[in-house]
Amino acid sequence: METLTDQNWLLSVGTFLPLVGVLVMLFIPRSEEATHKIVGIVTAGATLAVGVVTMFAFDYGQSAKLQFFVDAEWIPVINSNYTIGLDGISLPLYFLSMAVTFLVMIYTWDNMPDAGNPKAFYMLMLVLQTGMAGTFIAQDLILFFVFFEVVLLPMYFMIGVWGGEQRKYASLKFFLYTMFGSAFMLVAFLALFFQTGGDSFSFAHLIEMGAGIDKDVQIWIFAGMFLGFAVKVPMFPFHTWLPDAHTQAPTQGSVILAAILLKLGTYGFVRIAIPMLPEGAKAWAPAIGILAVIGIIYGALGCLAQTDMKRLIAFSSVAHMGFVMLGISTLTEFGINAALFGMVAHGLITGMLFFVAGSVKHRYHTLEIKRLSGMLVQAPRLGWIMGFAAMASLGLPGLAGFWGEFPAILAAYSPGFGLSTALFRTLMVISAIGTVLAAGYLLWLFQRTAFGEPSEEFSGHGGGHAGGGVAHSLSSAANDDDDHDEIHDVTIIEWIAWTPFLIAIVVFGVYPQLMFKVMDPAVTEMVRRLGETLG
Amino acid sequence: MFGAEVLELSSGWFLENAWLTGLIPVLGFAVILFFGKKLPMKGAEVGLASMAASLVVAVGAAVQWMQRTNSAESSGEEAVSLVQAFGRSLPGVAEGAEAEPFITPVATTWVWWQNSGLEFGIGSSVDGLAVLILALVAFIALLVMVFSVDYVRDDRRYTHFFAAITLFAGGMLIMVMAENMVQIILGWEIMGLTSFMLIGHWWEEEANSRAALKAFFTVRVGDVGLLVGTAIIFFGANQWAVDNLDSNGFNIAAIQAWALSGEANTQLLLWGAVALFIACIGKSGQFPLHTWLPDAMAGPTPVSSLLHSSTMVVAGVFLVARIYPVFWEAFNIGTGGLSFIAIIGAITIVIAALLAFVQDDIKKVLAYSTVSQLGYMMLGLGTGAWLPAVFHIFTHAFFKCALFLCAGSVSHSGSHHSFDMKKDMGGLRKKMPVTFAAWCVSTLALTGVFPFAGFWSKDEIIDNVGNNGYTFLMWVGLFGAALTAMYMTRATYLTFFGEPRGAAAGDHGHDDHHLAHAEEHELAHAGVARSLSAGANVKSGVEGSASDEPHGGHGGSAADDGDAHQDGPHESGKLILIPIVILAFFAIFAGFANPTPLASRFGEGVELIKKYVEPRSTPVVAEEFLASGPGESIVLVDGVAYAPSVSPAAEGGEAGAEKSGCGFTAPEAGTVCFFPGVSHAEPTFAKILLSLAVVAVGYALAIGFCVLFYGRRDPRLVGLTERNKALRGGFLFLKNKYYLDHLYENVIVHAVAHPIAKTAYWINQHVLDATVDGVGTSTRRAGEWVYDNIDQKLVDGAVNGSGWAASEAGHAMQPTQSGKVSQYGALLFGAATVGAIVLVLVNVS
Amino acid sequence: MLAVNFLLLGAALFAIGVYGVIARRNAVMVLMSIELILNAVSLNLVAFSLMTGAVDGQVFALYVIAIAAAEVGVGLAMVLMIYRNRKTIALDELSEMKG
Repeated sequence: METLTDQNWLLSVGTFLPLVGVLVMLFIPRSEEATHKIVGIVTAGATLAVGVVTMFAFDYGQSAKLQFFVDAEWIPVINSNYTIGLDGISLPLYFLSMAVTFLVMIYTWDNMPDAGNPKAFYMLMLVLQTGMAGTFIAQDLILFFVFFEVVLLPMYFMIGVWGGEQRKYASLKFFLYTMFGSAFMLVAFLALFFQTGGDSFSFAHLIEMGAGIDKDVQIWIFAGMFLGFAVKVPMFPFHTWLPDAHTQAPTQGSVILAAILLKLGTYGFVRIAIPMLPEGAKAWAPAIGILAVIGIIYGALGCLAQTDMKRLIAFSSVAHMGFVMLGISTLTEFGINAALFGMVAHGLITGMLFFVAGSVKHRYHTLEIKRLSGMLVQAPRLGWIMGFAAMASLGLPGLAGFWGEFPAILAAYSPGFGLSTALFRTLMVISAIGTVLAAGYLLWLFQRTAFGEPSEEFSGHGGGHAGGGVAHSLSSAANDDDDHDEIHDVTIIEWIAWTPFLIAIVVFGVYPQLMFKVMDPAVTEMVRRLGETLG
Repeated sequence: MFGAEVLELSSGWFLENAWLTGLIPVLGFAVILFFGKKLPMKGAEVGLASMAASLVVAVGAAVQWMQRTNSAESSGEEAVSLVQAFGRSLPGVAEGAEAEPFITPVATTWVWWQNSGLEFGIGSSVDGLAVLILALVAFIALLVMVFSVDYVRDDRRYTHFFAAITLFAGGMLIMVMAENMVQIILGWEIMGLTSFMLIGHWWEEEANSRAALKAFFTVRVGDVGLLVGTAIIFFGANQWAVDNLDSNGFNIAAIQAWALSGEANTQLLLWGAVALFIACIGKSGQFPLHTWLPDAMAGPTPVSSLLHSSTMVVAGVFLVARIYPVFWEAFNIGTGGLSFIAIIGAITIVIAALLAFVQDDIKKVLAYSTVSQLGYMMLGLGTGAWLPAVFHIFTHAFFKCALFLCAGSVSHSGSHHSFDMKKDMGGLRKKMPVTFAAWCVSTLALTGVFPFAGFWSKDEIIDNVGNNGYTFLMWVGLFGAALTAMYMTRATYLTFFGEPRGAAAGDHGHDDHHLAHAEEHELAHAGVARSLSAGANVKSGVEGSASDEPHGGHGGSAADDGDAHQDGPHESGKLILIPIVILAFFAIFAGFANPTPLASRFGEGVELIKKYVEPRSTPVVAEEFLASGPGESIVLVDGVAYAPSVSPAAEGGEAGAEKSGCGFTAPEAGTVCFFPGVSHAEPTFAKILLSLAVVAVGYALAIGFCVLFYGRRDPRLVGLTERNKALRGGFLFLKNKYYLDHLYENVIVHAVAHPIAKTAYWINQHVLDATVDGVGTSTRRAGEWVYDNIDQKLVDGAVNGSGWAASEAGHAMQPTQSGKVSQYGALLFGAATVGAIVLVLVNVS
Repeated sequence: MLAVNFLLLGAALFAIGVYGVIARRNAVMVLMSIELILNAVSLNLVAFSLMTGAVDGQVFALYVIAIAAAEVGVGLAMVLMIYRNRKTIALDELSEMKG
């Protein structure tokens, strides 16, 4: 695989810069909360700036090749190197991880979870950032695994310390479940390493050699990786940690979890499992496709049964990641492109929905759908943002979600490499029905919470609602900055943190070529390589 | 290779920049949303300006399209002679005349997205059909907006209303000018979204938000078909399009050409067409997915008007017309196959018309009427009558929009925001003369009375359906026309004639004691009615069959009570009347855009729509046709080669004996077709008389019925049961020396209108609607069950179970951890001893 | 033969030590019993060293003696602390390590 090595310091700086911030924060006393917040945000901002520079330095004409490539000796005993690089597949996710962390930190400025202690919170987020960015640039299995696992711990603490009432249960479940998958994954990695002769852990090497492994062995190795990645995605039936983790996690944790962490699993499939084990992937593809579609329908049904807003959004993640996995399972350019786009889109949209859920919780102190009503009256902008995110989530064209769903459905019509068309066409129709269900539960949520009159319980707190009736509530609520009001509209900080999400959802929805152009050459190249093996 | 001559076609700025029509409203939407509240007119001016700008571009494009078409005639002698020789030819049927050249669409595209190395575009691909609908949509939307300025004034979400309605029109425009299927989906879904916003405009009331949800959801069910159909067609057409046209399987021109190429897999075409048509059923409110349309009346009237005239519901019909070759080939329309489309269309015509009889809400009458008219369009498309169907889209938009706006005007100024014809209307013709006049004109147009707009289009559909061999469907169409006349008569009577009732009588407290009032008024107006019944078109349809559907039509009216209303009904203001009058004008004259029956007298030239809108079915040399695939920023197709030697007219022997050419036989290698050779019926005086007679019979029946009705309401009969009144009414008829057969007809009509329509409505409400609701509820239940039992107990239980097992094992071992040092020591040494013994044993053996 | 006697002595000492650890209640006695066990081990190491002629065993025995000294130091300190807190050094009354 050809690589470009210009400006190859960029990736390492971008990945490890957050740790510098952690180091600085270690020496600042815990009581100086504002300083910690500033240091955290500045560090994340600087990291994002490096990310922006990376974006500009990236050669879009050659996005199929690894760029900013570094290959340094790391652990010679086991032939593991510090190999990093960025191509069209990882660039969007790499940048997304930086942007999301930065925005989440801004959001935290005046939305610190109840447990307090910004020092620890910001430090954990910075560590998390390093882990996430590192996962996307790693081009060596051991390095990948290390970053993959680094991510776990901060998230465990974020849920366990700053989470809701059942945080201990949820955080433990999250940690154990993921570790359980990782164990199999590591075994699979080692098996792959030894099967290819034990020379190197580098992706390029393994992709080249992996195809030569005996088919049955490939299937078994793929099974191990499948367990590891599928838990992370999460695919049905490995998804049960997700609703608990999301429901209990603080808003920040939910957003990062939805926006980036889930993508580590799907990214693993695209980057590692499929290219390295083409035969295994082909053998597993129908199973993945079926599980993905079950996830779509099942997640949607789960959503319909929820009474808690955050839990509903969490279940919708299962359904949406089902579309991503369906795209991947087709083993076609269309499907994998759709999956990659869907990953970013889901990150933005579901992240946004979790932000909204967090703000609702902050204002109403409950997320029970039954008790919420008339949000559009009391907090119109918040309500409309939620409506917007719901519309994006149900795959409306013109917004980002569509470009993850539609090509995935399309791709299922003709899966690659002799996969059963009858099966995948059935899956296509079922998944298309899934889009209807998505519309059902999201609009149902929106109708129940945003429309109507505010319920008795909260109607006293509203902004413009108090005396003047609903007729002019829209205009007056927007201007009503009464500090005594418990239920207020979107704050400045929230606007700053959310606007980039909203803009990105629209921009990628209106002009998807922005991302497809980056990803498509890399994906096409990957599928071409698959074709060399699978014919 | 065919000695093709390159035809120089003119183009123009407006044609090349037609994409602006779609873009401007979308930008307008953003501007209104973000800055609307700060503007002097609260954003309405932006909406109006953007729509006016779109209209200018669309009209400019239309004019330039006509020039382009004309330029084909004037380029070279060949073409001139060709046009002169073109009599009333039926392309595909030899008449010795040469076919006219296919006028290629003007495409301007940008790369929108790419996948597997293929680049897919977004932009505009403008041909006759597109310019017609573009101009139509922009025009209607502009008028509706003007109407709305006054109509929704002081609404609590005035700015949002304009933002949404601008985007709504924008969605339709984007779809109409679409150059590929994905762009159609884009426009299609934008309309779905904005219709959700607009129908649920007054979302404080649950009924409204439910209606919005229902509309979006029902359409979304149909959209499954759209997604699946697009996928099927894409994979069917893609390889062919890449090979032959350097295009892709989303491109509409490529799909058209592929469908007609003869190389398309029939099975695949059929499935794709069925899937796409399911989407059209949902969007265009065809049977059995029409139930959302009447509920959609919960939105403000301008929304209903726009939604029902030129956008949204027309989208489904437009989609069929746009990729007509797919349906043509899939359903064998050209060879007289009884298509799915035609059957659904025919069923819809009758079902919807019957339902219109039992509505009390004036907007719901119109809604069912729209459904019925859409059925005509589908019927036309399904039987090969492409041109009349498209023409009917055009004329229907004007008069249906006018009718809705009249209803809005009545509600705004006449009935105090009520849409209930029985409770709050009546006798408004004197108070609201302009509205009344416009209503009458539009009604006449809708019912297809000569020479109003609907006559030219609807009769053409019916005529062509018969001509193409579907005799039974033609009678269904005629029957529908009669029904249309009847229910519109009833609506007209209830609204504008008789004594004012409820709010129309200035009674604003109707909610409390409207029943008493209604009764009083009904008693009172019985006398007046008799004199009225002599009047021209003044009658009533079925009375006493009140619908039991809760109407959400005036959901938000309570909030508007602050309006400076005069007491009692009065004529609406200028901003409301001007659009109505303009539309009424078009309701009279729009038909003259394509008066086919006049063509035999005044020549081909009068058939403007036929000349400029219907694509010619001439094969085009594939190499010379630059498919408008993206890749460069702008691809203009302004030169085209056509192959006169293979013109279908040159082949074949006797007229009508053998159909050949585009749509019947595969084009020769190297050439592609874009439109099938549809046939056109020769209008005859007898047929025209027949359909006019049917409409006249419909009116006549309604008149008679009306008389029966008033006889029944005679004050002397008060106190008798409804049924007895009806019988007594029959006797009164006899006493009054009305014709026997007249009465007889009325009884039959009564029977049709009463039990059958009621049954249909019952089925509608209790079977179809209940099924929709039931599926929703049971899905939800299933979700709950799966969640409770499988997810929480089984799947999650397994996870928790493993944790539980580990924990229990720990508990079992707990006693050993006594904390006693000596016990620990004992265990330690005991274990060591055991270990030592094992070691010894192992080593010994 | 001499070595065997050393080993027998070591075994006896070890057994006594084990008995002391398990049976005695007094913490100091238990510590002393542990010393006995360690000494038994040291004795064995020296004996094996004698048998094989390698010096390793003796070096290791020295180590054990040094470690034992440290261990007793820590152990006695703990006993002292326990006594201060509880006024007893009877082991069966202590169960802080209960799981």
